[in-house]
Amino acid sequence: MAEHVAHVERKRVYVTIWIVLLCFTALTTGVAYIDLGSNWNTVVALAIAVCKASLVVLFFMHVRNVSERMVRVVIVTAIFTLTVLIVISFSDFATRKLIPPPPGLRQASHIVVHHLGEEQ
Amino acid sequence: MAEEHAALVAEQFDDQLQQYQTATLGMWIFLATEILFFGGLFAAYTIYRYQYLPAFEIGSHHLSVLWGGTNTAVLICSSLTMAMAVRCAQLGKKKPLIAFLFVTLIFGFLFLLIKFGEEWRHEYLEGLAPGVNFTYHGPHAVHVELFMFFYFFMTGLHALHMIVGCGIMITLIILASRNYFQEKFNAVEIAGLYWHFVDIVWIFLYPLLYLIGGRFPH
Repeated sequence: MAEHVAHVERKRVYVTIWIVLLCFTALTTGVAYIDLGSNWNTVVALAIAVCKASLVVLFFMHVRNVSERMVRVVIVTAIFTLTVLIVISFSDFATRKLIPPPPGLRQASHIVVHHLGEEQ
Repeated sequence: MAEEHAALVAEQFDDQLQQYQTATLGMWIFLATEILFFGGLFAAYTIYRYQYLPAFEIGSHHLSVLWGGTNTAVLICSSLTMAMAVRCAQLGKKKPLIAFLFVTLIFGFLFLLIKFGEEWRHEYLEGLAPGVNFTYHGPHAVHVELFMFFYFFMTGLHALHMIVGCGIMITLIILASRNYFQEKFNAVEIAGLYWHFVDIVWIFLYPLLYLIGGRFPH
């Protein structure tokens, strides 16, 4: 009945993915107790999270076998937009200390602060 | 045959395949908006974590890795039972379908019980609930409060999605017991997509909230 519409995955595949996901959860927790230096703990934790999410999307959410290309387009669009949101927003805050504001802007912000001070 | 076909396929679709693909695509578009719904919070989290990393580490170390990790495992198990439920719906097996949906619902309740009954209660009693009971006066107190605000809002929004998911499970169990899914499995399939998505959000929340800066002695 449904077989000709949707691809029916084998049970063994689901169980394997489930075991791998549980192992990754144990791994990410275990790695947190090891000092990897500077920011490597965060990088490893995020890399494991991305792997886990990919497994869920590909196998549990059937993207591996989905017949429609449009679904993939929607997923890629969502991830791209999310990346733009985080990277562009973050690049502003991450570079504020590197580049000092031009003198004119500093003066202007001083005037604003002064003006607000008068109101209070 | 024609009557059977009409019962299975809604008027606006050519055939069952088109109906199936439309339902799946529609759910994925909804999930794309959900990614950006949570994405705003993740973007704000990234920026403030960068600016106040020491405070975020202190806040993170007040959370329970044991319960956070347990809840991660609970959600992964619920994703397996949900995937099995979808499989049963595809094959038209009514009894195992109801059983798997029921186990998924139990895992969902278990997650919420641990989240609210153990973790939130504990953090509230410890004086780490911003705006309600915040009594932490150690270093970086203001920004530890900011972290706890992120923690409560992000896990709260996630828990809200879990509550909605449990409601969907209850609805599916009722419909399945009335033989609604004998031929139509689309609803179970797209409910599964939603459930797995909520699992994925938690997969990112767990390391980002509970494991900041590692748990080794500094």
